[in-house]
Amino acid sequence: MLARIQVPAQAKRGEIITIRIAIQHPMETGYRPDHFGRRIPRNVIHTLVVRFAGAEVFRADMGSGVSANPFLQFHVRAEAGGEFTFDWVDDTGAKGSERATLNVV
Amino acid sequence: MRALCMLLLWPLLLAAQTPAPRSGLEFASADVRALQADDFANPGMLWVARGEKLWNTPAGRSATSCAGCHREAPVSMKGVAARYPRFDREAGAVLNLEARIKRCRESRQQAEALPHESEDLLALTAYVAHQSRGQSLVPAKDVASVAARERGREQYFRRQGQMNLACMHCHDRLAGRKLLSDTISEGHGNGYPAYRLEWQALGSLQRRLRACFTGVRAEAPAFGAPELIELELYLVQRAGPLRVETPAVRR
Ligand code: HEC
Ligand code: HEC
Repeated sequence: MLARIQVPAQAKRGEIITIRIAIQHPMETGYRPDHFGRRIPRNVIHTLVVRFAGAEVFRADMGSGVSANPFLQFHVRAEAGGEFTFDWVDDTGAKGSERATLNVV
Repeated sequence: MRALCMLLLWPLLLAAQTPAPRSGLEFASADVRALQADDFANPGMLWVARGEKLWNTPAGRSATSCAGCHREAPVSMKGVAARYPRFDREAGAVLNLEARIKRCRESRQQAEALPHESEDLLALTAYVAHQSRGQSLVPAKDVASVAARERGREQYFRRQGQMNLACMHCHDRLAGRKLLSDTISEGHGNGYPAYRLEWQALGSLQRRLRACFTGVRAEAPAFGAPELIELELYLVQRAGPLRVETPAVRR
């Protein structure tokens, strides 16, 4: 699953930084019929978890109301350097992940 | 003397009479414009990122990537999308950008064909076209394109479908007015492939054009059909100096 993440490479201690992630995904609602009138099964990214240095800092539980190619943004206070890990999973069990390192000066 | 003055002033008068073309972006709501302006939030950039990966991935019997021949896309593909469609000597036909990419994929990479509107073809087209963002469209000048463009122009002004409307009726006469919940724009193709919120995906200019055919209840030509290429050619000329916006965001 293709995704783009935006994490500043560097921040000052105590600074509030913006983290953004966009994932290419149809977020199929489960309510749409295909060309033959059959229901397309629901398939959404239901869980996205972001950890910083191993500790969870952000979690999104998503449903069929979220648009395709979801774009999420949140803020964290940079106390120390470390690695962000992004992990998500959809209804078919397909998983995706990304990581990025933050340096605090 | 007066006649001479009129002759000299004629180009000025013409320029004053034809207002500068306005991109579909100008007809979009503020939130759609904000989405296009932010290269991270713009969902079309996901396809550009995918296209960049494909550009560097060897494929087919040649085991060569696009980069293997064309090197750095920001250098080799800069301005390319702005001058398509145009006549391709090898193909012996006028090709749009998608068709040109398909040819390289099939005959140079010797890889399986990418179907029209497939995610991979859209991604490669978006990536190549993105390298021309900000460049003015350049109408092709070759003989074959000029002839094909004339057919496209005739088509643009021809009534069709059960509603008996020509492109001109909406995009020249009613630009800025509402059609259901849509604001009709001048119908320029400078942002494609574009991300339409209605599609929840990136789509080609031909996909949008086919929707306009269906909209007036006319039979839409198949993807890649000469009629659509001819229309694309005329749209480039009609768009004048508008700049490539790929990937644009539209409603
Ligand atoms: C084996 C070498 C080779 C590979 C691989 C290759 N191309 Fe090409 N490509 C060419 C040649 C040769 C031309 C023709 C140049 C010309 O006509 O001026 C061309 C032309 C093009 C053009 C038109 C350029 C212009 O200025 O009009 C585009 C766009 C293009 N290629 C895209 C791609 C893409 C995308 C891929 C990967 C899917 C690719 N090519 C793979 C050799 C290659
Ligand atoms: C019944 C009115 C109507 C007719 C006739 C019509 N269109 Fe459209 N067209 C629309 C609407 C509505 C949209 C979506 C809003 C917009 O972008 O203008 C649209 C969008 C477009 C766009 C995309 C513009 C953008 O910036 O995304 C292009 C290009 C276009 N039309 C070309 C054509 C061509 C070529 C024809 C003739 C084959 C045509 N249209 C016929 C109503 C029409």
